[in-house]
Amino acid sequence: MISQDTIVALATAPGTGAIAVIRVSGPDAISTTSQVFEPVRGGSLTKASSHTVHLGYLKEDGRTLDQVLVTVFKGPNSYTGEHVTEISCHGSPYIQQEIIQLFLRKGCRMAEAGEFTLRAFLNGKLDLSQAEAVADLIASENAASHQLALQQMRGGFSNEIKNLRQELLNFASLIELELDFAEEDVEFADKKQFSELLTRIQQVFRNLIDSFALGNVIKTGIPIAIVGEPNVGKSTLLNALLNEERAIVSPIPGTTRDTVEDELVIGGIGFRFIDTAGIRETVDVVESIGIRKTHEKIENARLVIYLVDAKEVNLTQEKRKEVQGRLALLKDQYPGKEMLLVVNKVDALEDGVLSRLTEEIPNALFISAKENKGLDTLKDQFLNLVNTGALTSGDTIISNTRHYNALIRATEEIRKVQEGLESGLSGDLLAVDIRQALYHLGEITGEITTDDLLGNIFANFCIGK
Amino acid sequence: MFEKEYDVVVVGGGHAGAEAVAAAANMGSKALLVTMNLQTIGQMSCNPAMGGIAKGQIVREIDALGGYSGIVSDKSAIQFKMLNKSKGPAMWSPRSQNDRMRFAEEWRMMLEGTPNVDFYQEMVVGLLVKGNRIAGVRTSLGLDIKAKSVVLTNGTFLNGLIHIGEKQFGGGRAGEKAATGITEQLVDLGFDSGRMKTGTPPRVDGRSLDYERMIPQPGDQFPEKFSYLDTPVLKTQRDCFMTHTSKEVHEILKEGFDRSPMFNGRIKSIGPRYCPSIEDKINRFAEKDSHQIFVEPEGWNTVEVYVNGFSTSLPEDVQYKALRTVRGFEKVKFFRPGYAIEYDYFPPTQLKHTLETKIIENLYFAGQINGTTGYEEAASQGLMAGINAHLKIHDKEPFTLQRDEAYIGVLIDDLITKGTEEPYRMFTSRAEYRTLLRQDNADLRLTPKGYEIGLASEERMRKMEEKERKSKEFVEFFRNTSFDPTDMNQILEEVESAPVKQADKMFKVFSRPKVSMEHMLQLKEVSDYVKERNIDREVMEQAEIQVKYSGYIEKEKSNADKLQRLENIRIPDNFDYTKLKSLSFEAREKLQTIRPVTISQASRISGVSPSDISVLLVFLGR
Repeated sequence: MISQDTIVALATAPGTGAIAVIRVSGPDAISTTSQVFEPVRGGSLTKASSHTVHLGYLKEDGRTLDQVLVTVFKGPNSYTGEHVTEISCHGSPYIQQEIIQLFLRKGCRMAEAGEFTLRAFLNGKLDLSQAEAVADLIASENAASHQLALQQMRGGFSNEIKNLRQELLNFASLIELELDFAEEDVEFADKKQFSELLTRIQQVFRNLIDSFALGNVIKTGIPIAIVGEPNVGKSTLLNALLNEERAIVSPIPGTTRDTVEDELVIGGIGFRFIDTAGIRETVDVVESIGIRKTHEKIENARLVIYLVDAKEVNLTQEKRKEVQGRLALLKDQYPGKEMLLVVNKVDALEDGVLSRLTEEIPNALFISAKENKGLDTLKDQFLNLVNTGALTSGDTIISNTRHYNALIRATEEIRKVQEGLESGLSGDLLAVDIRQALYHLGEITGEITTDDLLGNIFANFCIGK
Repeated sequence: MFEKEYDVVVVGGGHAGAEAVAAAANMGSKALLVTMNLQTIGQMSCNPAMGGIAKGQIVREIDALGGYSGIVSDKSAIQFKMLNKSKGPAMWSPRSQNDRMRFAEEWRMMLEGTPNVDFYQEMVVGLLVKGNRIAGVRTSLGLDIKAKSVVLTNGTFLNGLIHIGEKQFGGGRAGEKAATGITEQLVDLGFDSGRMKTGTPPRVDGRSLDYERMIPQPGDQFPEKFSYLDTPVLKTQRDCFMTHTSKEVHEILKEGFDRSPMFNGRIKSIGPRYCPSIEDKINRFAEKDSHQIFVEPEGWNTVEVYVNGFSTSLPEDVQYKALRTVRGFEKVKFFRPGYAIEYDYFPPTQLKHTLETKIIENLYFAGQINGTTGYEEAASQGLMAGINAHLKIHDKEPFTLQRDEAYIGVLIDDLITKGTEEPYRMFTSRAEYRTLLRQDNADLRLTPKGYEIGLASEERMRKMEEKERKSKEFVEFFRNTSFDPTDMNQILEEVESAPVKQADKMFKVFSRPKVSMEHMLQLKEVSDYVKERNIDREVMEQAEIQVKYSGYIEKEKSNADKLQRLENIRIPDNFDYTKLKSLSFEAREKLQTIRPVTISQASRISGVSPSDISVLLVFLGR
């Protein structure tokens, strides 16, 4: 059997290690690898002999991802019997995921659980006596990868999905009850509760989906917007953050990205400032909170720094109230975004005023961009948001591509259920969408059969004339 | 004294047996119905009603294929209701109350009017088997009846044991003998057998009831019917009534619990969870103070009444005392007490999709012998067994239905793939593609198939084609005809739907949730179309469903198509699962006994996990 597509997956155990191996298999394995691999010795991988190892850099659009060792196996003399490359890279999950993403972008497909072994078997690389072992392995890989996938989702999330699925199942049972036992003397689904559940499910899924999307965004950095009135020091803050960063970025190839003008890496996580050009314009008189351009910026950001001038907020109580009011308004308008209230220019305050202000504005960070004060705290705050999951780091994702797709589809179905519920759609039609949603969640948490529903009904309701 | 050799011999004259013998005979087989009592052909052993949710769809399917149950039900109906009418069309479920005696009479007349059907009254005590092939049956008088194929539809008669309180006695139904011999022989031949339990409520004298104290349950104002053929529509109907049990009733019933065969361990077999006895309801749902009771007349003229919801095997004195405490039953007189019955069944995983047994060739099982419950479930199996018995001996391709084609397909696939621990009843939730399996389109789904195998008549086929064509044209009419916005907005205002700004195709507005055919008929173009083309109610209903639910129907169709891929991966007949050590132990055992025909069927077996399926796929080279 000749496979048409080229597959990629992590071949070593997921998580952080000294090195990790990513395996690519299929007709385009070598040519695709060659497109992104620059051997130290020059030349091209496509000309390399089978069973050879090559040192070099993985690059995309001139950006170095990592320094790696690539082992080339030419079909049929490989594990799978197809062309195979094995890329030994540095072991951080971030790097692993970056590399796999790169291959996905280059047209590879994420390998299914056990698919390398499956291909090996199908290509006759394993004889009949080994066949049983293969099937065993596939079975165990399925179980293990399933387990693993669940672990890899943030623990809380996976439990939450299970619980939500169970709740959805309970409601599905109630809907079925209403359909199959319409004449029975039983209580049926509470529409309001059901609608609330649907809203909750959508929120949780949205967060999960966002976390995945963010993982993809990480390669270009988590977008940050700095907004504020003219002359509060936006441009000074930007330069202070970036200049300091330049000193920190180490030129070790493969572990950092090429430094980009408006990009900042903290603790291995990329952050990117939106519209730096706009900020840098010295005369930004037209800009102020509330104008359209500012809203566009916020729209594109995950993290919003609302910068105010310490002298201004120190002037009157009214001014402070106004600032808090605007912040609340922003939070209201953009519920998905993280907002940081930052008070700049504390250097211009008289002695003693700062401590009073910190009490009066307890939700703000106080900095002096000019004098590099409080910037570390600010950056810690960025990282905190990543670690608490408010902004998501990259290591939750890649092996969950299937989960991601399942979640997207499940969310879409749930949305339809809710729409249907609101427009008074009959239960049997709601059930079509609910069943689909359960099916997609089943792809994440395990299988579902209609028996589940009936079992649930019989266990909980007195049925039968 | 018999034909030299029958093509098909059917043992048992209940719903399954009657359909089986009719189908085989109508397709051209020389067929014989052997039953212990020719007076009880088509007997309704339990409640005097046909259809209901999911079951009504099955009756329509039987009718669409060319079976008799729909016609018999229509001719003997005393009340008709379309249940679940407030829900989507997949849930609309026809149900009739029937005159028990007329029902049996109609069946007898239908069978007597079917050429090729012979009758014989005697108990069958054994099977004639040559090698692993059936050769006929032996009767209690020692007569051998030779047959190319045999369909067993023994109902609750195989070693039937009736329980009332602490009393127990052999019997297949109240007042009828149990059948012995067959189970023992089948077990000797290698079949697994089990015991199941079901129950029935007391029958009482309607003259002793106070209907003033109950709530009337009338039939539909405009009753429909089951058959797609020209059977009569009811002009008058009889009411059912509803009443409730109370705490007091429950207390009296509890007094008898220590003498209940259910609770003192005398009945060991499993009864249906969805059709529990009244004692079971009280015991399991102690927090409920009241349960519904439906009072169903047994016919047009008889005073006998069926007390639906009060199935019980408590001692008759407890039954009597408790029922007398129920509102409206204060002066009740019993015709006969309720009872529980235990009987033999054969786990249906021993069957093929054609209902032929895997062990003995040309031997078929249908109905309660397969662990099902319900007239409709039994009748549909009888029909399929009769059809396949005929096809097999005439060297024709077997006839099976897929899960997305018919409830009958769901039923049989569930039985032979999953087996059943409790008496199996159909529910709409058992069907993955409920939206496709509607009562309104059973003819469109199945009549062409029934016609092709030579069962559905020419008349049936032509009627279906006309309905299909007219509905299609009507839908096209809505798709292509524009409305006048002023007229349309009048209707939209009436249903509180957003007005339209300009003219558009009717289909668009008709698709809105609140707009029905009734509303559309207010438009002159539509009512003119209906008049000119002589559009009947069925076509209107069909067109309406196709316009309003097309999105969901399409969605389920595409889901069904996706599954079809696994349906197409066939597993070789002689596949040896025991060699696949990588399958889980449970999966290996189950696959080895059930022997699924396709990967899709394998995936539905409980205990077979997705990883077991991948292992299978690997070995099948996919």
